[in-house]
Amino acid sequence: MTMQLPGRRPQRRFLPFSAWHLILAPISLLFALPLLWLVVSSLMTNAQINRFPPTIIPDSLHLDGYRYVLRNALFPRWFMNSVIVAGVVVLGNLVFGSLAGYAFARMRFRGSNLVLALMLATLVIPFQITMIPTFLLMKDMGLIDSLGALIVPSLVTPFAVFLLRQFFLSLPREIEEAAWIDGCSRLRTLWVIVMPLARPALGTVAVLTFLATWNDLAWPLIAINNDHNYTLQLGLTTFQGQHRTQWAAVMAGNMITVLPVLLAFLAAQRTFIQSLTSSGVKG
Amino acid sequence: MATHSFRATINRPTPDQAQRRPAVKRWLGESPDGWGFVLPAVVIILGLSIVPMIWSLVLSMQSADLVTPARWIGLANYRVLAQDPNFRSAVVHTLVYTGLFVPLSIAGGLGLAIMLNRQVRFIGVYRTMVFVPFVISAAAQGVLFSFIFDAHFGVANAVLSWFGIGPQGFFADGNQALLLLVLIGLWSGIGFCVVVYLAGLQDIQQELIEAAAIDGAGTWGSFRYVVWPALRPITVFLSIWETLQALQLFDLVFVTTRGGPLEATTVIVFFVWNQAFQLFHAGYAAAAAYVLAFGLLVLSLGLRFARRHGHAEGR
Repeated sequence: MTMQLPGRRPQRRFLPFSAWHLILAPISLLFALPLLWLVVSSLMTNAQINRFPPTIIPDSLHLDGYRYVLRNALFPRWFMNSVIVAGVVVLGNLVFGSLAGYAFARMRFRGSNLVLALMLATLVIPFQITMIPTFLLMKDMGLIDSLGALIVPSLVTPFAVFLLRQFFLSLPREIEEAAWIDGCSRLRTLWVIVMPLARPALGTVAVLTFLATWNDLAWPLIAINNDHNYTLQLGLTTFQGQHRTQWAAVMAGNMITVLPVLLAFLAAQRTFIQSLTSSGVKG
Repeated sequence: MATHSFRATINRPTPDQAQRRPAVKRWLGESPDGWGFVLPAVVIILGLSIVPMIWSLVLSMQSADLVTPARWIGLANYRVLAQDPNFRSAVVHTLVYTGLFVPLSIAGGLGLAIMLNRQVRFIGVYRTMVFVPFVISAAAQGVLFSFIFDAHFGVANAVLSWFGIGPQGFFADGNQALLLLVLIGLWSGIGFCVVVYLAGLQDIQQELIEAAAIDGAGTWGSFRYVVWPALRPITVFLSIWETLQALQLFDLVFVTTRGGPLEATTVIVFFVWNQAFQLFHAGYAAAAAYVLAFGLLVLSLGLRFARRHGHAEGR
């Protein structure tokens, strides 16, 4: 029992030490260790890695791996490809997803319910049954083995359309109707009035689309042959296959692949997690 | 019908203007420009899902290699598939992976979420550390863990040797490879379960737990009778969601083992990819994909049903 002086409230600026730290710290460390090892080993030389028994804490850090990767592989090029593909796909989902989501939320046109139902149904079609014909379609369009093959199929996803439609439905109609009566066209109303209000939903679509596109391996593996058009994920996988013993360089390449997503996540952690839980639980 | 006419009046500037509109416009509906808004989405989404879905079904009844003209063979692909020992073992591997991964990620996710659902210092750091592997791509995970579990240079064998355990084969060992994939899957996937459960735990009204405590419920009692029932919809959602993910495992297998050693980690999607894009048995691969898709469809419908059910119960 602690004595309290009258008129003084206990200051709880610092929480007391909890025994939970003894459990939580080791567990969370277990999750972080592989990534720490990724960072450390990307800064080691092959000689350090090949030592036996393996070094856990290296005596010195080097940039040999990064130097090798930047000189002897197409990592800068793959990085740009990934940026282009993810950028265009995110933009496409924001634009086409908003247009379609807005039309389904606010406009009535012949067949809108049928089309909406069909789109909803496509959410349960797995990638595995569409991948072979999609490959053939892209081949017929002359897009296979180009970045276009990676962009076009994901340019707008049912996920973006539905998430944005739900959000637009939750907005009050009155503001839009006022704009419309004042002679604002549908498109202008969407652009000037609705889009600024939809920032949270657009953020969710952008974050989850970026994550899925940047991290995808299966479709680039099928659609791309020429190593100049690889994305980072495909490039890294191939590079590892060809440099089985050069672990320092492989880990440096891995860092380049992981870092953009990692930094984006750490910078916007709250948005990431809210996007995931809201679209997962409530969507 | 009532809502239809109600909305229609709102969208119309004036009623008599609408009456003067030409018949074609009336047939197209209230705002035909809506079609312009949805056209890109309709073409891409329906064009690249419904069309390929039907095409795939046709392919699955053909003997097709993507080069020579296809030949119609009816259900022969499915019949061969039922007898194919490689496909059967792919199904078994997929089910073993799913059977281990899903319960462990649910139980682990719930346990971690409960541990992380308290006010102590650095709790934000702990939560971030548990979740961060989720944003790492399967390719990067695969490459990283191939290195960690490398039989010669890997750090895992060094750590095991501190505990007096001899060197292991890991991915080179047919008995360990699939279990390692489960472990890596848990490392990266459990964070998602944790954040979803954490969101659910924070939605539980504190009064309920206090009321249970007043009624004499201990920690276990309030978990059993308050927390667990309140989280039920989330548990159902996560179980089905994680099952869908586990059944579609591919990237990690491709990067780490390519289905080996000796096919010990060949899962269904790897089997499909291999048949379609390595062996060029497109028709046969499409049939295998359809078998998987049927299972996934049943589960997805279950998810939708469970969700509706869960929502109704929540209100």
